[in-house]
Amino acid sequence: MQALHTRLRAMPRKRATMSTESSTFKYIGRHRRAVEHKRFVLGQGHYAADIQRPGMLHVALISSPYACAKILKIESSQALAMPGVHAVLTGEELFEAIDPILPGVDAPQVTRYPLAIATARYAGEWVAAVVAQTRALAEDAAEMVDIEYEVLDHIVNPELALLDNAPLVHPKHGSNVIFHRKFVWGPVEEDFSKCEHQLSYRVHWARNSTVPIETFAVACEWHDATSVLDVWASIQMPKFPDQVAKALRLPGNAVRVHFDVDVGGSYGVKRGLKHTILVAYLAKKLGRPVRLVEDRLENMRGGDMQGPDRIFDVCLGFNSNGEILSMRMHALEDIGAYSGRSPLQLGKPVGAIVGPYKIQSVEYDAKAVLTNKTPQEAVRGFGQSPTNYALETGIDKVARFLKMDRIALRKLNMISHEEFPYLIPSGTTYDSGNYSVVLDKALKEAGLESLLQQRDALRAKGIHAGVGISTCLEPSGGNSSFEPLFNPKNETTTWMDSCLVRVDLSGSITALMGTSSSGQAHETLVSTVVGEILEREPDSIRVLHADSLNALPSNSPVGSRMAIMLGGAAAGAAKKIRTKLLLIAAHNMQRGVQELSFEGGGVFEKAAPQHKLSWDALIEIAHRKYHCLPSGMEPGLQEKFVWEVPTGGQLPTADGRVQMYPCHSFEAHVILASIDPGTFKVQIHRYVCGHDCGVMISPDVVHGMTYGGIAHGLGAALMEKFAFSEEGQLLAGTFMDYLLPTAHEVPSISIVDHCTPSPLTEFGQKGSGEAGYLGAPAAVASAVNDALAPMGASIDYLPMTPQAIWSAVEKSKLSKALA
Amino acid sequence: MNNTLPLAMTVNGVHYEREVEPRTTLVDFLRDSLALTGTHVGCEHGVCGACSVLLNDEPVRSCCMFAIQADGMNITTVEGLSTQRGQMSTLQDAFCEKHALQCGYCTPGMLVSCHALLKDNPKPSPEEVREAISGNLCRCTGYQQIVDAVIHASTAHTAESDAKKASHHVN
Repeated sequence: MQALHTRLRAMPRKRATMSTESSTFKYIGRHRRAVEHKRFVLGQGHYAADIQRPGMLHVALISSPYACAKILKIESSQALAMPGVHAVLTGEELFEAIDPILPGVDAPQVTRYPLAIATARYAGEWVAAVVAQTRALAEDAAEMVDIEYEVLDHIVNPELALLDNAPLVHPKHGSNVIFHRKFVWGPVEEDFSKCEHQLSYRVHWARNSTVPIETFAVACEWHDATSVLDVWASIQMPKFPDQVAKALRLPGNAVRVHFDVDVGGSYGVKRGLKHTILVAYLAKKLGRPVRLVEDRLENMRGGDMQGPDRIFDVCLGFNSNGEILSMRMHALEDIGAYSGRSPLQLGKPVGAIVGPYKIQSVEYDAKAVLTNKTPQEAVRGFGQSPTNYALETGIDKVARFLKMDRIALRKLNMISHEEFPYLIPSGTTYDSGNYSVVLDKALKEAGLESLLQQRDALRAKGIHAGVGISTCLEPSGGNSSFEPLFNPKNETTTWMDSCLVRVDLSGSITALMGTSSSGQAHETLVSTVVGEILEREPDSIRVLHADSLNALPSNSPVGSRMAIMLGGAAAGAAKKIRTKLLLIAAHNMQRGVQELSFEGGGVFEKAAPQHKLSWDALIEIAHRKYHCLPSGMEPGLQEKFVWEVPTGGQLPTADGRVQMYPCHSFEAHVILASIDPGTFKVQIHRYVCGHDCGVMISPDVVHGMTYGGIAHGLGAALMEKFAFSEEGQLLAGTFMDYLLPTAHEVPSISIVDHCTPSPLTEFGQKGSGEAGYLGAPAAVASAVNDALAPMGASIDYLPMTPQAIWSAVEKSKLSKALA
Repeated sequence: MNNTLPLAMTVNGVHYEREVEPRTTLVDFLRDSLALTGTHVGCEHGVCGACSVLLNDEPVRSCCMFAIQADGMNITTVEGLSTQRGQMSTLQDAFCEKHALQCGYCTPGMLVSCHALLKDNPKPSPEEVREAISGNLCRCTGYQQIVDAVIHASTAHTAESDAKKASHHVN
């Protein structure tokens, strides 16, 4: 890992810190309408639920009413006798016909099928699927299916699930612990022994999710003659076609996933493997197109899209001057009843485990436990936001303990601009940053003095008010290094993405990307980048989403990676086209390439600018005039580029050090909040986010994602929770119990940009798809705790609902009375 | 299930006559029977607002009423918000200009609510816009650029009508 660090340090700095205004780009960094938006505002988006195929059948699902129960008998004859009903599928049939989905960690007995096999392990787990001519008819028939269960013992509390006598969610696995590893990076014991103070605390991040407004939808059609399965699905899932094919025991080239489906929001969760495998199996079995569109309850309870649910026990070691030397962090993740990529969400934070701070050594104990709850899936930030919340809560606690200013404490411990590239104890090198400047910019925009005055004025009126601060990193450019880190059998060291660029005979440019999009404006990204390189108007460039049979190797728009990876791949392909045009020009103008200049799509001679070949003339040669092409050059004009993640390509070291993500964006949140003295509801009065994600290719897109990420973070901090009863019943299955922030709860937000380019990427860009969400919950908690501090109260769990805050205040009153 | 009823309604200026099951919701009817898939289904319990349409010019949740309840009425969906095929209304144009959307799934409902707002209140304040869209959930934008877009559209409206007035004077 040290070698990598040295390599990174040796890389030339492409650009020093620069402001966005001084950009030399023609299209990058400019205001531009998103290509995708016109079809959306006209109502002409193309979502999975819009798919209609001739003769299509529809699926309704029957779910387990129990948290854990043996399925004794499924009686479906009455349902099957109903006109228009085509099938009732059970786990028993699926078990014989398909292969299970395996977890991301090494736990081969924790298998998962689309329908429960013999035992249902959470309330809401799909037990049977009914297929009929309409969804309404399928629901009618579902009511006629009679299922006999034997209720078994269940476990919903993750700490109790660790006990020896706890009921086992997967008895064959032999334990409820599906993953446990303790990492020690650096001299933790020694550093703690040197510290003047230690502070231990526990924080709890509640189970919430991104909850897109579109539920999961999938349509499949099987073709007997060609043995091809067509799939239209609302997905954001790496290696999705391969996994579908594998489960169905089909060769990879028998599954054609159409990536041109618009996905109605995902932010991580639209994985849909079990949905798609189920519907694909039915389509193949029945020889008819089949569609499943989850209803909201199916989505919330059985859609397997709930997010991290984590208890942190943290100990910070520090000196009286505020210097934090070492950290012990124990994280217990409740992943629910099955495992997808969920234990891996404990892995991503390894790459930014110390946040923006110079903490020298770290012990990280990561444990994932199975319970009889809805399974967990990837959520925006892949586990980073909970970890940021845990760390930032500790920074505020240390400041309070030392009676130090929270901002001064942060600045004291922050990595300074001169120290980049900076190697953190867990083996990741941060590429670039200027943290204290971004924090200062945010503080200036917020007007810290005035903010404190407003807070004190509110307090004088008897309103609990607080100022919140958080600073954190957004690791970006996902390379999935947590896979080999958490599973030694998995030797993944590449997570490439790619792009194909083609110039047709008319001179028009078409680019092909290999994944679907869920609102990230990838067509805008690619056309801006290709336009920049080839100096053609981006609005004239068409961007298509391939299907999986004609796509180049690609992963998925996860881990804030597409500006880096797709942007890099598009630039790479366009540069190859540009090189080819220069070679054609050099050949025809009888000059060396170095004597020529590419400008506006044409090529001219530097010494004699009137001597030139236009874009149209060069395209004509490439497509029609083989006799004018340099010897050996392929005719036509298309180039592909497959890009490996920068800094990727290496397995973790034996002690679990790893370069997790290449690029590291930074955000600083400053807010003023108050707590209504009557209702205990939190109101945000001022919200400022300082943000540095390097060079922004599409600033409007970045800002939009940041606003949305902050709104999502406010929800996680204050409102959203998948609550379960002791019986394991989901108590928040509708939007009247699972509360999403509306335009009333989300305040007006100010974003302050800063630009520290990454030395690792084509234009200096970093990722930003998870911006805002990664720091907002910590900032809101910081403000609420600042508001509660004068009362001697504090709250260390999310969401901080009015009831939860009231309880925290009452608890503090009670303990004072008892003392 | 041959239990159907005759239904007649005008959608986006086109008159339709169909047979529907009484239990068919308005949104399913629009999407499945008329292939107007611009209107989206989000929660099916009247909270998210993705399915909003104009019923006799008033915004309603099309998931919370039966198609047959709209018998004889006038409906406008997102597909009917602009007067010319392929053209955007001032509001739709402002949504694009201000990046008031990302995934586009809540957008049709948002546009319907904002369209109704601007009709009643051509110069809303940001607070009034937030009030008008408080029944429409968006997970992408944090609402900020939607508010910006509606304010932008309201000023464009003014500019447009001012321009019309000016040209009228010249003529």
